Amino acid sequence: MAAYQPLQPWSWLIVPTLVCLFGTVIMAAPARFLGLALPEPVFPMVLAFAWAVIRPSILGPFLLLLTGLFLDLFWHGTLGLWALCLILVYGIALLVRNLMVGQSVRVLWVWYGVFTTLAFIVAYLVVVARVHATPNLINAVWQAGVTILLFPFARRLIEQFEDADIRFR
Amino acid sequence: MSFRDGPLQDLRIPLAWAATVATLAAGVAALFLMIEDHHSNTRSADAPPTPVRNQFDESVGPVSAMFAAPLRWAGDAGDYVRDYFNAVDENRRLKKQVADLMAYKEAAQRLQNINARYEALLQLRTEPAAKMVTARVVADARGPFSHARLADAGSDSGIRIGNPVLSEHGVVGRVVGVSKTVSRVLLLTDVDSRTPVLVNSTNARAILAGDGGDAPKLSYLRGHEPVKRGDVILTSGDGGLYPRGLPVGVADKDIFGQWRVRLYSDRSALDYVRIMLFTDFSQLVDDQALNNRALPPISAAEKAQIDQAVAARIATPRPGSPEAQAAADKSAAAKPATPAPTAATAPAAKTALKPAANAVHGKSPAPAPAQAPQATHGPRVLHPSRTSPGNPVAVVPGRR
Repeated sequence: MAAYQPLQPWSWLIVPTLVCLFGTVIMAAPARFLGLALPEPVFPMVLAFAWAVIRPSILGPFLLLLTGLFLDLFWHGTLGLWALCLILVYGIALLVRNLMVGQSVRVLWVWYGVFTTLAFIVAYLVVVARVHATPNLINAVWQAGVTILLFPFARRLIEQFEDADIRFR
Repeated sequence: MSFRDGPLQDLRIPLAWAATVATLAAGVAALFLMIEDHHSNTRSADAPPTPVRNQFDESVGPVSAMFAAPLRWAGDAGDYVRDYFNAVDENRRLKKQVADLMAYKEAAQRLQNINARYEALLQLRTEPAAKMVTARVVADARGPFSHARLADAGSDSGIRIGNPVLSEHGVVGRVVGVSKTVSRVLLLTDVDSRTPVLVNSTNARAILAGDGGDAPKLSYLRGHEPVKRGDVILTSGDGGLYPRGLPVGVADKDIFGQWRVRLYSDRSALDYVRIMLFTDFSQLVDDQALNNRALPPISAAEKAQIDQAVAARIATPRPGSPEAQAAADKSAAAKPATPAPTAATAPAAKTALKPAANAVHGKSPAPAPAQAPQATHGPRVLHPSRTSPGNPVAVVPGRR
């Protein structure tokens, strides 16, 4: 089990954000291994889930907004699409936080999967409404699945900081 | 230093409520940005240049190139090892392929010669060869909602928005954003991509519509069996976006019966691309010149004629106006036995004015009845700025 750290904004907000952005840039490399392209998970989904579980924050949603805008600009997507989805996940996770805190790892993983699926459904519907065409469902499911596999990173972040603020334990 | 350790440490606000308000504010900001982006349609090549996206691409391009380099080297090393072990099989396959292609080479040379003769005989005006710029791809977005790449050559190399992008196998996409040193390429597979294509065997036209998958759809196919499995798909050149005849891919049917195209450019990793400095029709057209509504100057004789016509129109009372009514009453009082002329002339006047109104709305004027011969020559055409208020206005369609 990881040692608990005091809740400093740079340690539980800024550094994880930079790590997620770094991961996004790395996975966008135009390389193929054995003929297969690298997967493209939505790394900041980890932040949206873990931050809400650790404790409510004022800076968190605005950092998610900036991170989502970075994704939209970096992937040349619709501006605000991933920002909205990440904030949506954060907001709903904050609302049902009392149901998640203290649960086992598997239950948390299920919660994380539900939120990730919700974010992808919203993103899918927004794109359908915008371009009046249906994006490839298999590719969307693949990206959502790869994002769900990032749960261990969220778990690690939660373990590090969940007991740092005893008011929200 | 924590937020609460600073000068605001005595500020006591319920954190849960403050976080909720912050979440709502951030959500509203994201929603606003999304709606604004949708209205300005910044993902399209037809949209005006977006400085924010271009500046972002300019900043992130070198960073992506730096981080992508080790992964590219690792990928190249893997390919090298794989090629080493597959060398014998590859050699046999290539020998057979060379033997097959020799026949095509001779046929191509023969057809090229005949084609050149036909072009000379018919005095065809063929497209000039477009220059190419080679660029390295430094970032690659391949999610379901966006398929775009960042190439490390920009406006300094002569690249402009709308330029077609090719790999060594076929068409990749189109440039949708350019800064000085990088270009943003929207791939054929992106959900926003629509490309006019043709089926090589039947010459049938279609629109290649990306959906975020590897094989874009063939939409708007017409005719009886316009395409067969394995048909070669080329750019049609319709609309002037791409030159005609660039190789795109091979037609195939998915499990739902939808025609799709397996792209040639998907055969290998897109590490290098060629950007064609092709000037399409939309780049040639000067929108400002087309939309310029200023009319050419008129001569003194024309001006005098127009002034005379306007003065005559003003002097003539309109049917139904108090002046016309008074004139009609006066005429009826002077000649009670003869029928009033206004009754006969009013429909003719109305008919004469009707084509003018149609011309304003872009409709073709209806044929005028025989009792209104002046209408058969079309209405008197005046520009709005050259007419007095209250007069009927028509605009020459060719002059707009």
